[in-house]
Amino acid sequence: MSGSSSGAGVEVSGLGKRYGDVVALDDVSVIVQPGELFGFIGPDGAGKTTLFRILATLLRPDTGSARVLGLDVVRDLWAIRSRIGYMPGRFSLYADLSVEENLRFFAAVFGTTLEAGERLVAPIWRQIAPFAGRRAGALSGGMKQKLALCCALVHLPDLLLLDEPTTGVDAVSRREFWDLLEELQRGGLTILASTPYMDEAARCDRVALVQGGRILDVADPRRIGERFDRPLVAVRAAERLRLLHALREHPGAGSVFPFGDAIHYTDARADRSGERVAAELRDYLRDRAFPDAEISVVRPGIEDVFMALMRPPAGAAA
Amino acid sequence: MSARATPPRRGAQRTLGAFVRKELHHIVRDRQTLAILLVMPLVQVLLFGYALRTDIHDLRVAIVDPSPDARSVRLRDRLEGTPRFRVVRTATTALALEDLFRRGEADVAVVLPARFGESLGRGEPTEVLLVADASDPNTGTIMQAYVRAALAGFEADVTPQAGGPVRIRVESRMRFNPTLESANLFVPGLIALVLTLVSALMTAISLSREKERGTLEVLLVSPLRPWQIIAGKVLPYLGLGFAITCLVLLAARLAFRVPLRGSALLLLAESVLFTIVSLSLGVLVAARTESQRAAMLGALVGTLMPTALLSGMIFPIASMPGWLQPVTFIVPARWFVVIARGIMLKGTGLAYLWRETLVLTGMAAILLVAATRSFHARLD
Amino acid sequence: MTASAARAEPAIEVRGLTRRFGAFTAVDDISFDVAAGEVFGFLGANGAGKTTAIRMLIGLLAPTAGTARVAGFDVATQAEQVKRHIGYMSQRFSLYEDLTVRENITLYGGIYGLSDDAIAARTRDLATRLELERELDERVGRLPLGWKQKLAFSVAVLHDPRVVFLDEPTGGVDPMTRRQFWERIYVAAAEGTTVFVTTHHMDEAEYCDRVSIMVDGRIAALGTPAELRARFGVGTMDDVFVRLARPGAAA
Repeated sequence: MSGSSSGAGVEVSGLGKRYGDVVALDDVSVIVQPGELFGFIGPDGAGKTTLFRILATLLRPDTGSARVLGLDVVRDLWAIRSRIGYMPGRFSLYADLSVEENLRFFAAVFGTTLEAGERLVAPIWRQIAPFAGRRAGALSGGMKQKLALCCALVHLPDLLLLDEPTTGVDAVSRREFWDLLEELQRGGLTILASTPYMDEAARCDRVALVQGGRILDVADPRRIGERFDRPLVAVRAAERLRLLHALREHPGAGSVFPFGDAIHYTDARADRSGERVAAELRDYLRDRAFPDAEISVVRPGIEDVFMALMRPPAGAAA
Repeated sequence: MSARATPPRRGAQRTLGAFVRKELHHIVRDRQTLAILLVMPLVQVLLFGYALRTDIHDLRVAIVDPSPDARSVRLRDRLEGTPRFRVVRTATTALALEDLFRRGEADVAVVLPARFGESLGRGEPTEVLLVADASDPNTGTIMQAYVRAALAGFEADVTPQAGGPVRIRVESRMRFNPTLESANLFVPGLIALVLTLVSALMTAISLSREKERGTLEVLLVSPLRPWQIIAGKVLPYLGLGFAITCLVLLAARLAFRVPLRGSALLLLAESVLFTIVSLSLGVLVAARTESQRAAMLGALVGTLMPTALLSGMIFPIASMPGWLQPVTFIVPARWFVVIARGIMLKGTGLAYLWRETLVLTGMAAILLVAATRSFHARLD
Repeated sequence: MTASAARAEPAIEVRGLTRRFGAFTAVDDISFDVAAGEVFGFLGANGAGKTTAIRMLIGLLAPTAGTARVAGFDVATQAEQVKRHIGYMSQRFSLYEDLTVRENITLYGGIYGLSDDAIAARTRDLATRLELERELDERVGRLPLGWKQKLAFSVAVLHDPRVVFLDEPTGGVDPMTRRQFWERIYVAAAEGTTVFVTTHHMDEAEYCDRVSIMVDGRIAALGTPAELRARFGVGTMDDVFVRLARPGAAA
């Protein structure tokens, strides 16, 4: 991780927050550079929402500090609030107002107008303009998220906080949404987004893997495979369940997980090369009546790294 | 490869039983609702039982005796001696009566004619005038009955012959509400109820809805200060409450001929004051609750019920048990009902109602401040 | 993948199934079969007609035209039998949060008419397999999301249904838990239960034996994931989906 930001991004240091017995955030530190498209990847309950709420000045941290755009989240909350755009998890617009009424309302709340926000809103507006008069509650999931994004941009913020903006939205709309985010980033906006979808992580400049209130790792998604300290082997065969059991019973088995139509296997012994592991498996599987198993060494993706770094989830059972 | 075993099945009662058990679990585990469901009927039973009592304990009697003599004094003594009565004023003219009634210091007046004692002594029929403050028509009739009974008793004592013609005839007037219209009774209270409904309940629901939907979060992360958010929510309901008050007054006037003897402007101003109190209560309820449902229940139990039961609009406060009466002091509607009745039925103005107005103003100030502070700039 | 002997009758048979709401056709003449013990992925964008189709298959909605047989019963004329022979798990809701694990199992067992002994046996069995022995008397609301999902699935198959319908069952959990869930699906399928699942996670589509993709009320593609990927010349199911679903169609 590079040194401190120029003050226009986000600096989080030793952040902690608990709700009664539950530790929501545990010593979280991260730096987001200005102009970055930064992703927080992790499952529900990982602490992403709590982190975003602290950055949005909605919650006070118990320990540690955070600075957004060079301003302290506790002391300078009003200065921050007028300069950031925030999109919380659930659909949080007014369902009984129309698309346009929602936009004009939020513009007015920030003391500006819909027209003044054109620069950022225009590309998205083009997609939702045909539905300007429709009740926001009657839109599809994808359209609602785009509207919410518009409302967060209408006052021309310097930084966007998007908490799980694509949950429950179909794959096509999700892609379109991230296309929009990339376009906004090219315009100079700093964007922090959290998501449970690993494939969206790939579109970020850098990602932080979050689980159980901690950051497991921060890396460039394109290079995240380097975090893997041993070869990853993908195995394909017709009888998936039987293959799964067979691989798990292999004496050298480290991690064995289904991944799409293949099974990803890592060996428990760190010193083997990819080719050696593959060869061993080929022999082993042939003995187990898998003559046509396809075995190849593959590059680890974000999900592989995430699962390798994860602590076992509560109630880890096969 | 396992053979699929079909589990043994039982009848439809099993299913029903399972469902009933589940519902019982839900009910028992929702502590909040359960408490309200159990406590509310209990409270209502107590209140209905006590407050619906039609007897009156402490009747404040004023006596007008233009020509005091031995007999009239004896009557006065008798009235004073009656346990339920408390003679608050004895005068020789009826001039002071109006003022006494307007200030609410007397409930009933016994006006003796001139030379009452003489007439009675000579065996002539005499007419005693009873004037009762009937702005509450229920109590008006009851008070009358008690006084009549006392007079009858006096006559029996005084007249030597038994079974003679009744000499003392009682002429009664119901002050402020001559025809004992019940509409006159409840319209002032109705205004209080309606205002509470619109201000407290609707505000509580509206604010908690923002919380529940998540839109509040977005509003908070903006230059809007909490007081602005509250004001934006509350002002429409203020206007709505005002409009509804006018509507109720108009309808009561046209349909039931409910009088408005005092200043309409004063009444509207006091309504606005009362609305502010209710609005603040609504905001406070919303600040403490997390869901619309809880807000609704909270507003119902905390504002609507006390208004309906403890404000004196239906059940006279004088009829309530001694320990309950001070409790009514914290019910804002109680003060407003006195004000509204005063203005509408008695035609009184600020001169007589300044105490109640002061109380409402104080409540408004305190609650407004508390409400504004209760809405934080952050989520925690 | 199932190891059971093929049955003569498919677990789900759909022929020309159609549903109209006034002038709007939500499901437009769809036809497909699902064999016993198959894991079938039913995909489509929001608004493509998936939910309507599922509602018809589970006996909640009558078709306007066409037929469908689920677990051997006609959904239009034998809806009650259909409901008794299927299991259903939805993302939005499956278990009662303020009831304990044991109470939930007893409830659903009771609803499906299982005897007390059967319920007791299943409860023990479930507790062991999911390693929930210590949580049997905990309220479901207190369990982590992943456990809730596994439990919900087990409850959905408590009465050994021939077909189980899963509506976006793995929202929001970590990748490990998701995989554990899918293993449970595999095991159920191996025992002969047909699994009909919808999901927004395209990588989960790969776990299925066959998938269908609905667009604008019709089935735009049907086949194994490998077939579909080859047909469109792309590397992932996600790309297949994007090719098929025209952007901006649903609004």
